[in-house]
Amino acid sequence: MMFVPLKWLRQYVDIDGIDVEELSNGLVMSGSKVERVEALGEEIDKVVVGKILEIRRHSNADKLLVTKVDVGGEIIQIVTGADNIAVGHYVPIVLAGGTLPGGVKIKKGKLRGEESNGMMCSAKELGISDKVIPSYQKDGIYILDQSYPTGADIKEILEIEGHVIEFEITPNRPDCLSMLGIARETAATFHLALKYPDIKIHQEYGDVHEFASVEVRNTQLCRRYVARVATDIVIKPSPEWMQRRLMEAGVRPINNIVDITNYVMLEMGQPLHAFDLDMLAGGKIIVKEGEEGATFKTLDEVERKLDSHMLMICDGEKPVAIAGVMGGENSEVTANTKAILIESANFSADNIRFTSKKLGLRTEASVRFEKGVDPNICLAAANRACQLIEELGAGRIVKGVIDIYPEKLERKTIEVRTQRVNGLLGTTLTSEEMADILRRLEMEVIIEGEVLSVAVPTFRQDVVEEIDIVEEVARIYGFHRIGVTLPKGNSQGAKTNGQMIEDYTKILFNAVGLTEIATYSFVSPKGFDMIRFPEDSFKRRAVKLINPLGEENSIMRTTLMPNMLEVLARNYSRKVDRVKAFEIGRIFIPYDIPVDRLPIEKKALALGMYGKEVDFYTIKGVVERVFEKLGIVGIEFIPERNHPTFHPGRCANIVLENHILGVVGEVHPDVAENYGLEVRTYLGEIDFDIILQVTRLERVYKPLPKYPAITRDIALVMKDEIYVKQIEDVIRENGKPLLEKVQLFDIYKGKQIKEGYKSVAYALTYRAEDRTLTDEEVVKVHDRILAQLKEKLDAQLRD
Amino acid sequence: MREKLEQIQLLALNEIKHAQSMQELEQVRIKYLGKKGELTAVLRGMGALTAEERPVVGQIANEVREAIEDALGRAVEDVKHREKNARLATETIDVTIPGKAPEIGCKHPLTVVLDEIKEIFLGMGFKIAEGPEVETVFYNFDALNAPKNHPSRDLTDTFYITDEILLRTQTSPVQVRTMERMKPPIRIISPGRCFRRDTPDATHSPMFHQVEGLVVDKNITMADLKGTLDLFAKQLFGIGTKTKFRPHYFPFTEPSAEVDVSCFKCQGAGCRMCKGSGWIEILGAGMVHPNVLKVCGIDPEIYSGFAFGMGLDRIAMLKYEIDDIRLFFENDMRFIKQF
Repeated sequence: MMFVPLKWLRQYVDIDGIDVEELSNGLVMSGSKVERVEALGEEIDKVVVGKILEIRRHSNADKLLVTKVDVGGEIIQIVTGADNIAVGHYVPIVLAGGTLPGGVKIKKGKLRGEESNGMMCSAKELGISDKVIPSYQKDGIYILDQSYPTGADIKEILEIEGHVIEFEITPNRPDCLSMLGIARETAATFHLALKYPDIKIHQEYGDVHEFASVEVRNTQLCRRYVARVATDIVIKPSPEWMQRRLMEAGVRPINNIVDITNYVMLEMGQPLHAFDLDMLAGGKIIVKEGEEGATFKTLDEVERKLDSHMLMICDGEKPVAIAGVMGGENSEVTANTKAILIESANFSADNIRFTSKKLGLRTEASVRFEKGVDPNICLAAANRACQLIEELGAGRIVKGVIDIYPEKLERKTIEVRTQRVNGLLGTTLTSEEMADILRRLEMEVIIEGEVLSVAVPTFRQDVVEEIDIVEEVARIYGFHRIGVTLPKGNSQGAKTNGQMIEDYTKILFNAVGLTEIATYSFVSPKGFDMIRFPEDSFKRRAVKLINPLGEENSIMRTTLMPNMLEVLARNYSRKVDRVKAFEIGRIFIPYDIPVDRLPIEKKALALGMYGKEVDFYTIKGVVERVFEKLGIVGIEFIPERNHPTFHPGRCANIVLENHILGVVGEVHPDVAENYGLEVRTYLGEIDFDIILQVTRLERVYKPLPKYPAITRDIALVMKDEIYVKQIEDVIRENGKPLLEKVQLFDIYKGKQIKEGYKSVAYALTYRAEDRTLTDEEVVKVHDRILAQLKEKLDAQLRD
Repeated sequence: MREKLEQIQLLALNEIKHAQSMQELEQVRIKYLGKKGELTAVLRGMGALTAEERPVVGQIANEVREAIEDALGRAVEDVKHREKNARLATETIDVTIPGKAPEIGCKHPLTVVLDEIKEIFLGMGFKIAEGPEVETVFYNFDALNAPKNHPSRDLTDTFYITDEILLRTQTSPVQVRTMERMKPPIRIISPGRCFRRDTPDATHSPMFHQVEGLVVDKNITMADLKGTLDLFAKQLFGIGTKTKFRPHYFPFTEPSAEVDVSCFKCQGAGCRMCKGSGWIEILGAGMVHPNVLKVCGIDPEIYSGFAFGMGLDRIAMLKYEIDDIRLFFENDMRFIKQF
């Protein structure tokens, strides 16, 4: 995030002819993403500078004061509850009829009998965020820093005007975390000239080496260290203009010295730190790694634990700052500070990121360092700070600079082929046009025919190879100016067979009334207990997350059943009276525990339902119908009495040619209870990878019958434990080849049937493909079937 | 004889005229034309006539029979018609009573939107690629040019299984796997689940869905990227949809762009959905970074390509004005059945 007040930006680039919308749109289209544009002081009206002339206690209220205020040409009476005001203070006054941010409107009134014809206001009431209000302005009325003409518009005095653009800066562009960086982008985008600040120090004295010394023990982690010294420091608030700019840019003013370091950081992108020089033992700075386990109190008064990877700034005796992150309380600039050492250094991005993360401490400085700061701006930034110290009368600058910079970062030169640029962008730019764009970005370009030799400024550490230049050309040229074409060449779009089957299966389930659900891939290990999987079940061997959000999402699912039951339970608890649902999703089977390679990801299909008229045969019928349409023939439902999740008498494995494809059944009452399902619930899980293999969608037409069929009904009485499947097997086996269809139409137990027996009734349809059957032919087969039923199953024809 | 016949005709026609039902008509038929009927009796008596009289009377008798039969036929039709109308009148039902609802299941809303997106890209010659949800650090980050110290790699952002194995945070690893397996030309989309360590709230879910796309061939340009996504947006959101490509940064593409579409609720005029801007950001895209091509064994000097990605959940939320992403994974039937 970077807050850019346009009046600050204007200092470096002449944007007067560009309105704010055009400016922000232009910057968006060249790659600086605008999050928000804020118009300052829009709602502030009739707020003026007032001088307090008189203060007396309110006779009827202890906590109120009655004041007389000069608001320019007029003296008005204002009653206030503030306690930080004094005669002679200049303060912002809202006149009667005036407004403040948030739609606050001020009217004339009486407070306990005393007239009040306006209101004094606080910084917050002027719309300044709590986060940036200086601590001494936080409570009470905003006391202006000096005298101003009474009656003057406060918006002009405090420069509460113009716009602030909030940019989202992408991680590759740390150079844009500065006013100059944004100014550079603005100049390149709008073809404008960039004015760098003119850095000059008028008076210097003495020699820095007499005050301080710097030793960098790790030049890998500290690439450059620039130090300057200022003495005769007078600590006071910085001027109103500087405070305003800092606040608008989102930084809280502290005092003149700290504000100057922050101001330069915001301006140039180089974090600075000011040490109280008298607190540095021996005037020494030693840059080295921290001591493992040592503690250090940062200037936010928090005790921090150090380790030996953190780079520290030390003096002759002790650590005084965590490099690039935060200074220490022991060397902080205070009201008593007389001399300072200004640090303008360059630290390793990785090290700062590590330290900042480990300490859980992110600062404006660390955010910049961890993304990478140009080491070549250290000196200019230090000088800029000295210039401001001098200009603001905050101290005297000591002559000379300590600059430890063993290995200078040089400009990188990149060869760029214009043909490559145009080839990737679909443009027809000339070498000159490209060079012009790049020069606007402060790159030095030498054109050698179709090749550009581009020297990249060191503040652009993100530009390292040809493709980076392609991007620079594209964004400044404008993505919107690149053409719109479609890729050439023929390409056949198609789903794979598996994708087609999966999509078709979903449609089929929808057609038979099931609704699709989508549940998390990560689940709770408790699910295994809920569905009564035994302790040694191989399904409990699951892929575990190191850092789950909670136990309930800590393992990758090995079965979809708990997910389905959860969804059924949630709907049930919300009084949805009937649910029929399915999910096709992945399950994750590890090769080994602990996991040492990617697990097997299989697709599974879950079915679940409850509600009126839903029973075992509903869920079974769904499977049968869908399988039939998928061309999967020959599946059998084999009773399964031992599956822990299911009712032992109402559960079947779905079997195809001796392979178990899955299981369906009524949920075991204990499982239902675990999920709070007080209704008979039906559940199934099927291996969808096998379904993909055995699905047969090819079809060959079968001629419609030419000759009539003969149908015979039979009712058989047999022992109750005989499965219908056994009867049908006997019928089919013996009915060949004339038996066309076997249709069960009744199962009866009760009156007229012996205890332990049942009556089962079928309609048997006979047909020949090539002739009309005669009664004799049918009788022969029919009798054989009846005889076999009697012999094999002791099934008697019912009278 | 003749008089007798004429009288029979007169009587029969009169009775037919007064008959009210099929039953009465049948009685009339039996009475005159039946085996023991009056006309039959007369005809039977013809034997007593002379040879001269017989043909004459025979002809008259035939005429009488035809007249009666005709009248009977017409009367039967009439009665049938009346009876049908009477039945129809009694069979009136209340057609405003609700119909018997056949049970139809619904697709999950994310599937509905994904199917639309798949159809569009299938039509543009794309195939659909899939890859594992549990991925290696290499495919999810390294091969995609993600900096070693990128914050998205942190334990706070990504779910890990081991130091080297994680839950994919994007479907881009499928692109890498595809490029390793297939030689260009490549034209795929890769829809799938992704995981990021976000605490669930109205706009965040630790599990969500992406659809990414990849095209690699000779001479693929950024203009092709723009054209492809522009066409896609027009097909998904309507023919009047406009697209805006803004420069952005992604490690695995360069140049990179964020893509806005003109708001499909207000047609760009500005509304609550687009927060008044007229534009909605829905895609990230860019030219595949040469480093990524190289890692996959594709020579970036010969081939180029583009990639794009979008959040399926986000698009579904925008399309259906769903205000809470968690609804997708709660699976309340009253929610899903709306789609």
